[in-house]
Amino acid sequence: MNESPIIEPSFLLGRFTLEAIPYHEPILVVTFIVVALGGLAVLGALTYFRLWGYLWREWFTSVDHKKIGIMYMVLGIIMLLRGFADAIMMRAQQALAFGGSEGYLPSHHYDQIFTAHGVIMIFFVAMPMVTGLMNFVVPLQIGARDVSFPFLNNFSFWMTVSGAVLVMSSLFVGEFAKTGWLAYPPLSGIGYSPYVGVDYYIWALQIAGVGTLLSGVNLICTIVKMRAPGMTMMKMPIFTWTALCTNVLIVAAFPVLTAVLALLAADRYLGFNFFTNDFGGNPMMYVNLIWIWGHPEVYILILPAFGIFSEVTSTFAGKRLFGYTSMVYATVVITILSYLVWLHHFFTMGSGASVNSFFGITTMIISIPTGAKMFNWLFTMYRGRIRFELPMMYTIAFMLTFVIGGMTGVLLAVPPADFVLHNSLFLVAHFHNVIIGGVLFGLFAGIAFWWPKAFGFTLDPFWGKLSFWFWVTGFYFAFMPLYVLGLMGVTRRLRVFDDPSLHIWFIIAAFGAFLIACGIACFLIQIAVSIARRERLRDTTGDPWNARTLEWATSSPPPAYNFAFTPVVHDLDAWWDMKQRGYSRPLAGFKPIHMPRNSGTGPILAGLSFVLGFALIWYIWWLAALAFVALIVTVIAHTFNYNRDFDIPAAEVTRAEEARTALLAQTARVTA
Amino acid sequence: MSTAVTTAATAAGEAPVFYAVDEHPHPEGHSTPLGFWIYLMSDCLIFAVLFAIYGVLGTNYAAGPGPRELFDLNLVALNTSMLLFSSITYGFAMLAMAKDQKGATLAWLAITGLFGLAFLGIELYEFHHLISEGATPQRSAFLSSFFALVGTHGLHVTFGTIWLVTLMVQVVQRGLVVANKRRLMCLSMFWHFLDVVWIGVFTFVYLMGVLR
Repeated sequence: MNESPIIEPSFLLGRFTLEAIPYHEPILVVTFIVVALGGLAVLGALTYFRLWGYLWREWFTSVDHKKIGIMYMVLGIIMLLRGFADAIMMRAQQALAFGGSEGYLPSHHYDQIFTAHGVIMIFFVAMPMVTGLMNFVVPLQIGARDVSFPFLNNFSFWMTVSGAVLVMSSLFVGEFAKTGWLAYPPLSGIGYSPYVGVDYYIWALQIAGVGTLLSGVNLICTIVKMRAPGMTMMKMPIFTWTALCTNVLIVAAFPVLTAVLALLAADRYLGFNFFTNDFGGNPMMYVNLIWIWGHPEVYILILPAFGIFSEVTSTFAGKRLFGYTSMVYATVVITILSYLVWLHHFFTMGSGASVNSFFGITTMIISIPTGAKMFNWLFTMYRGRIRFELPMMYTIAFMLTFVIGGMTGVLLAVPPADFVLHNSLFLVAHFHNVIIGGVLFGLFAGIAFWWPKAFGFTLDPFWGKLSFWFWVTGFYFAFMPLYVLGLMGVTRRLRVFDDPSLHIWFIIAAFGAFLIACGIACFLIQIAVSIARRERLRDTTGDPWNARTLEWATSSPPPAYNFAFTPVVHDLDAWWDMKQRGYSRPLAGFKPIHMPRNSGTGPILAGLSFVLGFALIWYIWWLAALAFVALIVTVIAHTFNYNRDFDIPAAEVTRAEEARTALLAQTARVTA
Repeated sequence: MSTAVTTAATAAGEAPVFYAVDEHPHPEGHSTPLGFWIYLMSDCLIFAVLFAIYGVLGTNYAAGPGPRELFDLNLVALNTSMLLFSSITYGFAMLAMAKDQKGATLAWLAITGLFGLAFLGIELYEFHHLISEGATPQRSAFLSSFFALVGTHGLHVTFGTIWLVTLMVQVVQRGLVVANKRRLMCLSMFWHFLDVVWIGVFTFVYLMGVLR
């Protein structure tokens, strides 16, 4: 399918035909076979071991914020593999396509790959993993038993899955967008992209966006309303602060994405003229609006990472975080400023010197609160007894790497420099520098840090460190050459090259991608090895790092109700304070605990949304109407269920707490 | 959080209180009003985008008809009054709810729904009229942004009406229980919010459009 087929839609199948299955593309056929075999193996194993019922009851329908958080992480890691497969294919293509060679990827395939890579890495890797960590950690950190709206939380997760599945199905049914990850019109309009690619893009993001927005609302309410007694705003752990700011940004930014994609859909489906070249449409309106979402989005991703690094630094330096108050204010200032910089993504639009200067200056100002954070981390480490566990190693790698990315960002913020570097590989190097060096290293630090809390055993340090070194060196090999190439004027998204002098840089970058592949492999091995050795890595104390915040006050993994009694907070580092001042665990007098009930409505609604999206993509109108009506009916039916919660009996709480008492006593004997 | 424990510094020598033994669980739905407010503000941003689009593209007539030729202010004034009346009657429904008068609440809700339907009917008539005159949303960026803004508001009113009917059934079934009162309160916020947005539409699109 070199050219997208133009098909007169039929009633039954819309524009879906057998031509939509890419059986004449060897790469996709092999991928499909591998995915199908792997998928069959997993499904077969689940059936053989009779795990479906267990998964449905205990996980898929669960409203427990901890389980939902873990499921978000699983989704993020699976999608990371897909997103990285795209990345290494691009690196290989660019390393091969020299000296008259066309490489191995035809242009229509290559264009889908770079689009899918960006979309997947941002929306279905970084977002789920950030949301997953916030979901898991925030209620524990504030001493709550769940989020404000537990059912909504489950529904949000499944909507994200639904969007991810839609993107994945574009691989084998039809095609994905060939427009780049933000799908600028007029290229993404119906005239230049008549086939299904952009429609997959629109509906996958719309469906996942519903989930993201609702989980943002949910976490804001949780943080505002559910904090333990005594935890004033300025006693909130810094990760909770960054989570609050991130979710405010989500609620304030994602509606803009929803609206702009809906308008693009109106252009494509109904022939409206918002972003067309004719009838008064204005494509630059799209670019403005999508970056009004897009710039806050990068802060949505990085702020929680800052929070993770703050928790990690103070824990592993064994000190209270330096400049807590300034850290909070820096976070809030970044939150506000992130709204005033969107235009720096298109200085070349030609809005004039004054407008460009304004946005250039606001962009540069953001580096001030960020710099303040850097110094806070440095001063936290200063004269601390630093333990170089894996999360701390990622933190130091982040500090070094992110400063480079931040400085190239300030370079790009200078409009005249941007006119030269716009759309070049310098830009590509810059944002990978901050996203890998900031967000991804933060996520890995967070995973290593909170893994023992989630599963009750620490991660194997050897494979973790191996993964760390592969990732860090791999990052530098993969992206430093792109800075050089960008300065030499190479633009992004190119498929073949004429100038042989550029070749060596692309080979180095491809080598870096290979190192990162080793890093990902080591990360997966680390998880497998840790599960195999879990008895030896067991965390019986609930506080393996001698940490400072409330999530470490309960057992690892925490019971469904998190805390048998709600903690009372007196100090910023509440758990540290409790340890210092002779806290003794309550041993008796447990009471029944009120908890929300599981619900299968979330996965059902998300499944219907998938059908709706798929039908809209393929113009199967009857199915779309059916799915839409089914969605409405299911939502209404759900509201007729008033029986939403239950009590965990006191006896069960007592049993769980006594088991922990025994475990702690045993640990004390062993260590004594 | 509602607990009987005081978090004030304990007297000297006394061990500090680190957990709340005598706690009352959060009443169900205690953060729903806040959550719904935040959701409404996010919805407000969608309208903000549509207003911005109308602000930028609203004069791009592409040699097609403009507001002065298209808008019938008398019709729009009638329509506006329908929506404003529906807000007042919703207010009466909430007053009846506060007095636990189930019948009166239902009656005022029904009247609100009828006003909502009247509003939607007039809006559909207006759209039909415009389209039959050739002023389709495809005709120009001005008309695209007009139909998107007014149509999105209309869709909201439609969903609000479906919600209203659902709630009426639930009030009939279970009476004015706490959960239903909470839901009626949320719909109340939604309904008044749509009214506020419509004031913006009426002023910004219709009145200023005809002046232009």
